[in-house]
Amino acid sequence: MLILEKNAMTDEIEQLVAVFGNERTSLLPILQSIQRKHNFIPDFAQQEVARLLDIHPVEVFSVISFYAFLNTNPKGRNIVRLCQTITCDLSGKKSVAQAIERELGIKFGETSKDGRITLEYANCLGMCDQGPAMIINDRVYPKVTPEKAVEILSEVK
Amino acid sequence: MEKKTRKGAVIFSAYKRGEGIKKAINLKRDDILFEVRESKLKGRGGAGFPTASKWMIVAAATSDQKYIICNADEGEPGTFKDRVLLLEYPELVFDGMVIAGYTIGASKGIVYLRGEYEYMLKSLEDYLDQMRKDNLLGNDILGKKGFNFDIDIRLGSGAYVCGEETALIESLEGQRGEARNRPPYPVNTGYLHKPTTVNNVETLASVTQIIMHGGEWFKKHGTDKSTGSKLFSVSGDCEKPGVYEMPWGTKISELLQLVGAKNTKAVQVGGASGVCVPKENFDRTLAYEDAATGGSIIIFNESRNMLHILKNFMEFFVEESCGQCTPCRIGNTKLLEGVEMIEKGEFTFAYINKLKELGKSMQVASKCGLGQSSPNAFISILENFKEEIFNGNGGNHGK
Repeated sequence: MLILEKNAMTDEIEQLVAVFGNERTSLLPILQSIQRKHNFIPDFAQQEVARLLDIHPVEVFSVISFYAFLNTNPKGRNIVRLCQTITCDLSGKKSVAQAIERELGIKFGETSKDGRITLEYANCLGMCDQGPAMIINDRVYPKVTPEKAVEILSEVK
Repeated sequence: MEKKTRKGAVIFSAYKRGEGIKKAINLKRDDILFEVRESKLKGRGGAGFPTASKWMIVAAATSDQKYIICNADEGEPGTFKDRVLLLEYPELVFDGMVIAGYTIGASKGIVYLRGEYEYMLKSLEDYLDQMRKDNLLGNDILGKKGFNFDIDIRLGSGAYVCGEETALIESLEGQRGEARNRPPYPVNTGYLHKPTTVNNVETLASVTQIIMHGGEWFKKHGTDKSTGSKLFSVSGDCEKPGVYEMPWGTKISELLQLVGAKNTKAVQVGGASGVCVPKENFDRTLAYEDAATGGSIIIFNESRNMLHILKNFMEFFVEESCGQCTPCRIGNTKLLEGVEMIEKGEFTFAYINKLKELGKSMQVASKCGLGQSSPNAFISILENFKEEIFNGNGGNHGK
């Protein structure tokens, strides 16, 4: 079984390399694609990317560790990011965060037991005129209230 | 996102897609450079470097490949004008890139879009496809023999520092987004070591209007040293937050009135890396020569706790410092600790004064704009609101 999974990942990365190319400049788009699909970049994927781009695996890890939206540990199926920067903070981020934590029974930085949701804070999402703002995967939700946030999360599969 | 009709004298003035390109390709490259220089347009990201100077250096360089990069890594807290431009006025931005490409002799443009704006990617890609169909991108654009230009969109992955142009280039090259030593500047040694001009989204949108109406027209707006108009992203305690186009030289008090701000205590001009202006100074003007900003205007009313605001800013910088140079990596952590000491009431004035000195060292010793500007908020808030923070409410730290 394990071998089959590995082959699937190799296949996937080979396809990505075919699309983006095997230059160093393709590294970030390739990693972003893996991240988008799996919500993390497993060790094996890092090694395969390194092999196909002909760079050291540590180079790949180094790049992943730099960017907030790339990670090497498994996360939930949906990544929820609540903006914590100044305007969203002043417009009620804290009460939204507390409501979400109570409802899901997990804290920010954690993943729900069913693997459905990972909660994270993000820095300025560029929605300061419509805060507090929240992003789930790649969808933006402006002006969330505690009640609305919980409702939105209950609809996330 | 709903499309609004926005009002503005320069950037938001009427424009039809493709017109700027049509006009530009019938002009000599030198004439375009002359027009941009005549307009005295300065970079809209905040640093304010003259756009024409950048372009002239790249235009004069001999190289088989040159690049034009559109910096859409809008990460400064309180800034969202690029979101509005890209969603509602992509024609101004992309036409500006094509004009830049023609002028400097580049065949490739790259938009570095921040990861947080991934939700725009699809609509922007569709827009570029339409431009390709209409021959506004591709080979022999609008029949101009030998003028080939195309635009790629590349995503960031959640790193504020990548808005710094050399960090952005590192990121595009598949590296960690750590700022480079300068010189060499990107105009000489940029993306893949080729001459590269990196321009803000709003700068490129302004160029398109300059080509349409001329540098003289552009210069009529604004002040002598800050020509044209600016998109201000207004947020915080006011009735009508949003993006406003105003000429440079507008007073802070005028802007506050326009957006319906009441009982205003302070205005943060230029985002977390900008300065905090107390109400005694609301007659200061928004301009490169006075209160400079990349567009971020955050309004705080009387009910806000300035120490809490400062703490939020310092937490931001501690997280976003890339960590490669010591003044920024350690300095921001020390400043945040200082704020926490004040919060708990466990501080000495001697130590706080030392931290202000440290802030000044960071301003000169940090490698890039992040660490050079992150102490601004610490210094200006503790200076301008010492009454509230240290003496307020019987010394209860402003609470």
